[in-house]
Amino acid sequence: MNRTTLDLWVGLFVIAGIAALLFLALKVGSMNTVNTSDSYEVVARFENIGGLKVRAPVKSAGVVVGRVVDIRFDNERYEAAVTLRLGKHYAFPKDTSAAILTSGLLGEQYVGLAAGGDSVKLKDKDQIQLTQDAVVLENLIGQFLYGKAQEGAPQ
Amino acid sequence: MLRRAIENLGNRTVQGIWRMGFAARFFFAVLLHSGTAFRRFGLTIREMYFTGVLSLIIILVSGLFVGMVLGLQGYETLQTYGSEEALGILVALSLVRELGPVVAALLFASRAGSAITAEIGLMKATEQLSAMEMMAVDPIARVVAPRFWTGVISMPLLAALFSAMGIFGGYLVGVQLIGVDEGSFWAQMQSAVDFEQDILNGVIKSVVFGVAISTIALFEGYDAPPTAEGVSGATTRTVVTSSLAVLALDFVLTAFMFRGLN
Repeated sequence: MNRTTLDLWVGLFVIAGIAALLFLALKVGSMNTVNTSDSYEVVARFENIGGLKVRAPVKSAGVVVGRVVDIRFDNERYEAAVTLRLGKHYAFPKDTSAAILTSGLLGEQYVGLAAGGDSVKLKDKDQIQLTQDAVVLENLIGQFLYGKAQEGAPQ
Repeated sequence: MLRRAIENLGNRTVQGIWRMGFAARFFFAVLLHSGTAFRRFGLTIREMYFTGVLSLIIILVSGLFVGMVLGLQGYETLQTYGSEEALGILVALSLVRELGPVVAALLFASRAGSAITAEIGLMKATEQLSAMEMMAVDPIARVVAPRFWTGVISMPLLAALFSAMGIFGGYLVGVQLIGVDEGSFWAQMQSAVDFEQDILNGVIKSVVFGVAISTIALFEGYDAPPTAEGVSGATTRTVVTSSLAVLALDFVLTAFMFRGLN
């Protein structure tokens, strides 16, 4: 085999391999995961996070504005402390509320942010005060049954 | 009788440890003498043609078919939950995380690893390696190191090509043949596959597999008894050992990479 044709083939092989890697990175994966430089973190405390997982999306008005980066149990207040990493270009008022919501039938859970009316914006390491827990199906059924029993009870 | 059995066991253990030590020393010798592989890069390029470029056909075709089968099987299963749109996630994650690096490594071990062992083994049997030493050419630097780096460089490229081809196969079957919605196929895939967690870890896996396969193939060839029987035995051992090593390493790496993910 001629030296130059050999080089050509190897060059084509390397280009194809790198192109495949780029395809995987750009088309298959999401390269635009919010990186640390242009984002800020806020903490939201929930009494119950349901099935929320790290890397779950944070949405506001249905648009993904960030991701859940950390979930830990606060041993002093017996609550879950969820750290949200939001893109820097999404500024939210200080009295924004966070809720754990469910999307789709299979129940992927995400954090929904509803903006408040405060003129002061959330900063890095701030806390979100207003939170709404995940809906636990068992509690819901329990409440429903309790309500039904109350209805049928003799006056 | 019992004495003989115990002696036998001891002998085998010592032999095994000796071989392990020899393999480790061989590995470090290759690393130490790698300078030539980069200074005379033509040598490495020549080997990349034989191991990388000529492995392309089997890698691409296997990737395509693995992806198409994943598309069919995944659709059947996901359909029962009414979530066919998640087909993109299933195909992409299983290929990028596991099947791409592992199956490409197994194919590489049997396609290129065996060839390397046979080549080095025959070079040793026909005393080409000794002839090089006579001419003050270090066979490890001239013959072994370029082949080692070829494996390390080619493996991630081949694994990426395998994964890309597999995802294309899944797309062909899922979207074009069965009729899963194209938009949600790609969109759900993109939202689920993470660059660092999934793609980069797959690349790391394939680099590790490349090191393991190259080392085993070269060592078996270098250590082969210089007879026809010895070379054939070494070739078989290369395929068996490197396949097992890839699967075992895959388990260890996966345990480290994905244990704390969810």
